[in-house]
Amino acid sequence: MPVPVQYYAILSALLFSMGVVGVLLRRNIIIVFMSIELMLNAANLLFVAFARYQNVVDGQVFVFFVMTVAASEVAIGLALVMALFRSRQTTDVDDISTLKG
Amino acid sequence: MSVLLFGILAVLALITAALMVTARNLVHGVLMMVANFAVIAVMYITLNAPFVAVVQVAVYAGAIMVLFLFIVMLIGEQQLTFDEQLGGQRLYAAVLGLLLAGILLITLVSAAPYAGQSQLTEEFIGRQNVQLVGAQLYTEYLLPFEAASVLLLIAMIGAVVLAKRRLL
Repeated sequence: MPVPVQYYAILSALLFSMGVVGVLLRRNIIIVFMSIELMLNAANLLFVAFARYQNVVDGQVFVFFVMTVAASEVAIGLALVMALFRSRQTTDVDDISTLKG
Repeated sequence: MSVLLFGILAVLALITAALMVTARNLVHGVLMMVANFAVIAVMYITLNAPFVAVVQVAVYAGAIMVLFLFIVMLIGEQQLTFDEQLGGQRLYAAVLGLLLAGILLITLVSAAPYAGQSQLTEEFIGRQNVQLVGAQLYTEYLLPFEAASVLLLIAMIGAVVLAKRRLL
């Protein structure tokens, strides 16, 4: 018996919400980063599931591009974390408030 | 793909995601993230997307995990774990998260039937799928593909520049 596409929608929504809650709840910048990756993955899963049920491969090509953007984002983001840690000795996002008015 | 297999994978994905978000030890958090990505990769295989599954394992479970673990090792796990002062944010975050989950569930589940429930065609199975993705990537999506390579180059240069000097 095939899995209804709604199940994938439910799973994807739950994973995405978990990522959002992670960004809201955690103050550790690396955990925040991983939560963002979780959100991207939830979107990817829905892309692939919908592409499968429409019998097209365009969704999979899009996932490929999303992964490219995610890889660049992680490289830049972690370089920023390193630069930040070197100058401030912290990874707490609440300590980074210089730009706050 | 049977509903049972989907259920097992879905529960695994949700558990690993929850453990990642709530991880006290950062190394455990990174490993849970990798486990989550691996489960999603298996799900891609069951969705007849072997190309995406392999890229998922190579990029996420490979490259991105190594980057995260490198940062955790370079900075030091003890320096990365601290008492997180949240104040009243915990309640707001939980309420907003539940609200978002509800909205997403309602909209996505109601939109899902429009995705169609068509049967698998032959060309979707196995090696044919990789050929199809490749053909699409190098014909219709050639320009975005080239742009993606430029983006990766920019990210590489940016990471080198950011890591090199004292910027902040």
